[in-house]
Amino acid sequence: MKAGSFRYERAYTLAEVFRLRREVDGDAQFLAGGQSLLASLAFRLSEPNLIIDISRIPELKGISVLPDAYLRVGALTTHRELAAHPDVRRHAPLLAEAVPLIAHAAIRNRGTIGGSLAFADAAAELPACCVALGARIIAAGPGGERTIPAASFFTGLFATAMAEDELIRAVEFPCAAPGDRGTIVELTRRSGDYAMAGLAVWAQHAASGAQTPRLVYFGVGTGPVAAAEAARALGPAPWTAQKVKAAQALLDRDLDPPADQHGGPEMKRHLARVLLARAVGKLGAEPGARAA
Amino acid sequence: MSTEVGISLTVNGERVSRRVEARRHLIDFLRLDLGLMGSHAGCEHGVCGACTVRVNGLIVRGCLVLAASLDGDTVETIEGASDSGEIRDLQDAFVARNACQCGYCTPGMLLTAAELLRENAEAGSVPSRDAIREHLSGNYCRCTGYHAIVDAVEAVAKARTASSGAGKP
Amino acid sequence: MSLVIDPRSVDRPNSYIGRSIPRPNARKLVEGRGQYVDDLLLPRMVHVAFVRSPHAHARIGRIDASAALKLPGVLRIFTGHDLAPHCEPWVAVLAHLKGMKSAAQLPLPLATATWAGEAVAAVVADSRAAAEDAAAKVSIDWQMLPPVADMETALDKATPVIHAELGDNLVFERVNESGNVAEAFRSAHKVVEATFHSGRHTGVTLEPRSILAEFNKGDGTLTVHHATQAPHMMQEVLAQHLRLPLSAVRVICRDIGGSYGIKVHVYPDEVAVAVIAKIMGRPVKFVADRLESFASDIHARDHRIKGRMAVDAQGRITAFDIDDLTGIGPYSVYPRTSAVEGNQVVNLVGGPYDFPNYRAKTTVVLQNKVPTCQYRAVGHPIATAVTEGLVDLGAEAIGMDPVAFRLKNLMQDGTYPRTSPAGMRFEGLSHIKSMGLLVEMMDYRGLRAQQELLRSEGVHRGIGFASFIELTNPSPFMYGIGGARISAQDGCTVRIDPDGSVVAATGVTEQGQGTEAIIRQIVAEAVGVPIDVVRVITGDTLTTPYGGGTWACRGAGIGGEAALQAGLATKHAALQVAGAMLQAAPDALDLVLGNIVDKATGAVRMPLGELGRIVYFRGDTLPPDLPRELMQTRHFITKQYPFAFTNGVQASHLEVDVDTGLVKLLKHWCVEDCGRIINPLLVDEQVRGGVVQGIGGALFEHCTYSPEGQLTVGSMVDYLVPMAAEMPDIEVGHVETPTKESLLGAKGAGEAGTAGAPAAIMNAINNALRPHGAKVFAQPFTPERILAALGRVPKR
Repeated sequence: MKAGSFRYERAYTLAEVFRLRREVDGDAQFLAGGQSLLASLAFRLSEPNLIIDISRIPELKGISVLPDAYLRVGALTTHRELAAHPDVRRHAPLLAEAVPLIAHAAIRNRGTIGGSLAFADAAAELPACCVALGARIIAAGPGGERTIPAASFFTGLFATAMAEDELIRAVEFPCAAPGDRGTIVELTRRSGDYAMAGLAVWAQHAASGAQTPRLVYFGVGTGPVAAAEAARALGPAPWTAQKVKAAQALLDRDLDPPADQHGGPEMKRHLARVLLARAVGKLGAEPGARAA
Repeated sequence: MSTEVGISLTVNGERVSRRVEARRHLIDFLRLDLGLMGSHAGCEHGVCGACTVRVNGLIVRGCLVLAASLDGDTVETIEGASDSGEIRDLQDAFVARNACQCGYCTPGMLLTAAELLRENAEAGSVPSRDAIREHLSGNYCRCTGYHAIVDAVEAVAKARTASSGAGKP
Repeated sequence: MSLVIDPRSVDRPNSYIGRSIPRPNARKLVEGRGQYVDDLLLPRMVHVAFVRSPHAHARIGRIDASAALKLPGVLRIFTGHDLAPHCEPWVAVLAHLKGMKSAAQLPLPLATATWAGEAVAAVVADSRAAAEDAAAKVSIDWQMLPPVADMETALDKATPVIHAELGDNLVFERVNESGNVAEAFRSAHKVVEATFHSGRHTGVTLEPRSILAEFNKGDGTLTVHHATQAPHMMQEVLAQHLRLPLSAVRVICRDIGGSYGIKVHVYPDEVAVAVIAKIMGRPVKFVADRLESFASDIHARDHRIKGRMAVDAQGRITAFDIDDLTGIGPYSVYPRTSAVEGNQVVNLVGGPYDFPNYRAKTTVVLQNKVPTCQYRAVGHPIATAVTEGLVDLGAEAIGMDPVAFRLKNLMQDGTYPRTSPAGMRFEGLSHIKSMGLLVEMMDYRGLRAQQELLRSEGVHRGIGFASFIELTNPSPFMYGIGGARISAQDGCTVRIDPDGSVVAATGVTEQGQGTEAIIRQIVAEAVGVPIDVVRVITGDTLTTPYGGGTWACRGAGIGGEAALQAGLATKHAALQVAGAMLQAAPDALDLVLGNIVDKATGAVRMPLGELGRIVYFRGDTLPPDLPRELMQTRHFITKQYPFAFTNGVQASHLEVDVDTGLVKLLKHWCVEDCGRIINPLLVDEQVRGGVVQGIGGALFEHCTYSPEGQLTVGSMVDYLVPMAAEMPDIEVGHVETPTKESLLGAKGAGEAGTAGAPAAIMNAINNALRPHGAKVFAQPFTPERILAALGRVPKR
């Protein structure tokens, strides 16, 4: 399973990236952590002319808190760094909770959030967390930068809203406010596997009181799936047993799962219902100060 | 723009400079360019963990790293970790408990276990059996069924804590 | 020579047998300093990548290698027509499996590809990467043929016949019958039945199949570095099919990264490598990559079994009746054949139990899927799952506790020798004692009480049992009588060197189970030297006695016995010389921890090294007609029993999440009786590894196919192997019923874990699901299947 031959260049600035890409008429792929790309090359699913190594570009690194109360996470932040960083634990705890579910330590040491979002595996945790948290993705292209809301970033199976010549520069998350809370639950055959079904929940707590949570499923569609109708039925906390039941029933409207090796669509629907109940159970029925 | 790349890196404490095919992953670089056969490829798609080595002090899947991307980096393999004596107690425990049968997963398993032990030592904790199993969950072993490996890692974790608790550095 | 090893005596001199001594070869492995085939680099070595059929069944038209040959580093491309003149085809049948048929096979096929993954062309290049580049550029005109991919319809008139010359897709069928099954079912108090499925799966050795073949045109010798369990068998096969004298072929095994039966078979692509080496006259290496492994390593255990069991009003089993159907590949695999698994199923169902009426049928059919053959424990996991599944159904129907029902029906201890209704001869088993030990180890009463308590809280825990028998120490009745040149005997040469150190060369081989360790222990004890002066040589047809290698749990019982006898003979020879040197009767002397001693007093008379010095360098000082053969060879073969059957019993304690279908394994136990234990640590670890391998087939592993014969799990992403986080702690207990066939008394232990684990898991799941009236019988027991049994999701 040796990869096909390709050229390799290392870029140290974004401008270099776009120049190199132009030189091969776009027949290039970006190498960040390589945890998805290298496997794809080994299977010869990808056979690019050029691999552009973006892993040393300083503009893609770093974690900081922005003045408008957003947590900015550089695309090259590894999963390990993400989970360990105190600002992430404080301002986007859902991410810190999600990281240990991703694959295994050796993958987390090198895999990046930018890579995970750009690869857009429908069964991955971070894309669903980004949608649940209402994140915004900063995409950089030859023409400049633009902001893409997470909710519209994932457009299909392994597909994103980025143009072919764009890459993720950073992901920005609204800093959690007091009372904001959420959790991630997933069902896997084995620890670290891609989920049979998973759910990221984030419920904000505004001055006016608890808000309707965002329920974002993964592993049950072509990307993260926001279960809007179910979330509406669930409503803001407190979440009674009846509300959970009502929300579970409406999941059929939100989800149109495919069959996969783990089961048919009905199985995924069933697991989605189970996950909803379990996520609510984990969070507790009452609103509470869980975030900050 | 070339299909070959010049790299200069440190492997097991030795500075090496080579020109490599861009597509060559780290395991093939170690084995074919440097003759370090202790690192094994079991699947070449990042699942089995046999290829686990250290880059810049952290464990990675060697088959998921391009050698070309390692210019200026530091790599440590099972040979280096053996020669330094860093994992001697782990290796002794594996031998004593027959946690190594065919040996093919063992280099990757040892380096993975070593990282868990180091992290726990830094936190002053001893990992539970479940935590050990969880941390090793990315390393496939077909021979042992894992029980003896967990025993060995647990024994070393306890021994290291005991000896550090007694005031040893 | 009348020394008998008394297992109860720990005071015997040089006592290494029975001790948990670490393996001598483990140290280099933990340091990453082993030597596997892929670690070997030879001058002018080249690499092979195969072009493999993407189709399950297709005629091979024109092969255009022109573009491929132009790529840098590419040397030659071989097709079936290129290799055929240099290799005799083979047919994998055994004469004693009456009526068995299979088509002739060549290293690369001439006309038709019959499974997706079959190698049809070989690219030779200066690197594996270059060979793969070229393989991707070989273009083949395929003419699609309809695939045979459903074993249930393989024999239907409408189904295409894969090999026209065979007439149909039937490989082998057999009915094994005794007593009066029809009457037993007619008069039964209760009849229980179920249809069981065992899912096709594979071994996934972490080191892939590897071979490095080198032909020296100067002296006509073929040297093959091969990850194989049976080097002498491979030597035989390569000599015969490449038309070389046996003495011109040498097969060498160094470290092997796992085998489990996967590496005991003859693979056409590996034979192709040897043929190519002979043609090119330079070293040729092939290491299968993981994608190739899934599509060309042997698969196993693809069975559908309809089973019934009859029980009388006293709760005694009166009959078993099973109908087994198994789909293999398009060829039976050489030379052990792919009918053995089905044949073992009909030999082994009901094995542990005392009942009079038996009927078992197997039908073995061809498929356009990856070929199947013997894989750890062969038919045992299937036979045990069927038996123990029916036994649990019987216990339920009668209203008895599953342990009590078993104790009532298992063959009683002390009633041996006896023959089972299936015709299996047992020398001595310990089912009752083993079950007693198991129940105690697991605190069965406590677990049941806890189970009931938790049930009332909606937690579904299950306890499942599996009694089993396991064949070991095979005689020629397994393969030899069928005409296969597979050796059931084995040999060991023990040699005392001038300094008193000892070298033992053995025909059994090492793949991590500890063969070298146990041979070392046996030889050290038998000769009478400290263990660290003994060096063991394995895995080289040129330098070891002719033997059979390691398979069917024969290493300890057969290889170990040869080593014991050779060691004792060597000691005897040394004592003859010592007697002459010391003016003493040899019978009055002994050899203990490297010293010649007075047997009566233990007083040291002379170090062995002194004797060595005299024999080898000062032979002039010894009586002229004194025999002084400090090197002795003994061969051993079992003579009374076709197999040394062992027995055991396993238990699984688990929890089923009835909302998700996920199974959490809480704990596992195995009590096994492998006769005399040479090294308890190694046996425990063989059992544990075997249990987890069985769990793999029970819960995770499945080579699934599309109706078009396409393997739908191609990599380790989709094919799920057991990993550490889901596996339980496994407690192992032992009973020892030695065999009287040998001095050593050892039977085999390597496959017992795998034989019983799936049955224990299945019974535990069904026990957990009992309040819901749900049952599962199709492996793997996936969450989907469990939820479907519970009616929570539709059956697919």
